[in-house]
Amino acid sequence: MLDSLTALFAPDGPLGLLALSPPGWGGNLLLGLWHSMQIAVGAYALGLSIGIVGAYGKLYGNEVVRDIFALYTTVVRAVPELILILILYYAGTDMINQVLLSAGFDRWAPSRLLIGTVVLGVVMGAYMTEVLRGAILAVPQGQIEAARAYGMSPLLLARRITFPQMMMNAIGGMANLWLNATKDTALLAVIGLNELTLTTKQAAGTTKAFMLFFIAAMVIYMIVSVVSGRLFAAIERWARKGQPTLGGGGV
Amino acid sequence: MIMLAIGVALVLYCALSLRWDWVPHYWNDGLIQRGIWTTVWILAVTWGVGLVMAVGLGFAQAAGPWWLSYPAFGFCSVIRGTPLLLQLWMLYYGLGSLFPHYPWIRQSAAWTYLREAWPYAVVSLTMSFAGYEGEVLRGAFLGVPKGQLESARAFGMSRWTLFHRIWLPQALYRALPTLGGETVLQLKATPLIATITVVDIYQVSSRVRQDTYLTYEPLLMLAVTYMAITGLIVLAFRWAERRIPSKVA
Repeated sequence: MLDSLTALFAPDGPLGLLALSPPGWGGNLLLGLWHSMQIAVGAYALGLSIGIVGAYGKLYGNEVVRDIFALYTTVVRAVPELILILILYYAGTDMINQVLLSAGFDRWAPSRLLIGTVVLGVVMGAYMTEVLRGAILAVPQGQIEAARAYGMSPLLLARRITFPQMMMNAIGGMANLWLNATKDTALLAVIGLNELTLTTKQAAGTTKAFMLFFIAAMVIYMIVSVVSGRLFAAIERWARKGQPTLGGGGV
Repeated sequence: MIMLAIGVALVLYCALSLRWDWVPHYWNDGLIQRGIWTTVWILAVTWGVGLVMAVGLGFAQAAGPWWLSYPAFGFCSVIRGTPLLLQLWMLYYGLGSLFPHYPWIRQSAAWTYLREAWPYAVVSLTMSFAGYEGEVLRGAFLGVPKGQLESARAFGMSRWTLFHRIWLPQALYRALPTLGGETVLQLKATPLIATITVVDIYQVSSRVRQDTYLTYEPLLMLAVTYMAITGLIVLAFRWAERRIPSKVA
């Protein structure tokens, strides 16, 4: 069994090009996947932080705060991600550098990985804001009023009342956003970040085995999607414990 | 009020302090119009064909026998589980590199199209839309109340009449708000086709950036164009939703 597997990935075997060591490109693909996952996790964490601030800002902020977040979510959700990535990549670093230079500092050349993560995080943040805002709105008003009547501080209220009750409504949207985050990392190929999709294209172009590498990348992305779908389905079951069950969850 | 003030200030700043003298040149060239037209027709064609496919995919999953519903489920899962950019490149670079090996393909009439980039763009975007909408419509088909279908059968409707008079319209009504959002997402997916050399509005702006060395202005034009098309789509769906008798829910 193991022998036939090694034979499959031997340099002259049918899948030799996918072997982990240099004649094969498997190692590069996995490195690309590692970059993709780093970006996805980082962007998701950043998006979640922006989303929490944004959702509370949009619901409880004053007029200026509400308007700023409304502008942010509207623009980000109306403009294609590809273009946002380019705008934030070129214009964003350019602006930061202009400020730095005028203040007498050196130019700042952050790694593509960092920029990609931040850019995708800003995009995720807009969607996350809407998901969390909807979930908070679905918490029965009486629950929050009762907590206020008990004299809970806003932070305690958020932690004990709002958060546990909004989670079950938010998890579905958050799962979708995580899947989007993993897939949107592919867009960073256009700014030359060697994540999975760009690595695949390079490997395919070099070896001319186009279909082999594209199908391999598809399988990798599918595995990521299916595994995270299962994971979020489990989280949703946990968040919904004691609630009537819904169907679905997972890819 | 404040938002309006900020907006006016931003627009004034952009109009006055940035360079816009390249716009007439590319407009008279017809390049900008061509780019917008490409984006719009690809969106329209992939939307239409994709929706028809999605009805099949959704219905197969909701009510089909296992040998239809399993493949449909598999198709939707693969489309939704992998990045569109990868699917697009797989068709264009992958399949596109296989075709020239077969002389009978090169001699056939289809070769004039297979040499171009846009057929791959159209096929890829259509499949993507079909995959996502198939999932939406699966839920919509399942959400139509059983009583409606039972009473249609009691009226003696044939299966086809039941489908196109009762089941499909009610599923579409239910899916309409989601479809509006998904159409905007489809619009936002179109600039990806510029990576396989289709000259859409995004590709035009890249060309302007290469010609003029401007960073902000072409990207701003692009953002405004997409926001305008988004606005039109939202208005169209609002109009469509208002035409539906709202007592259904």
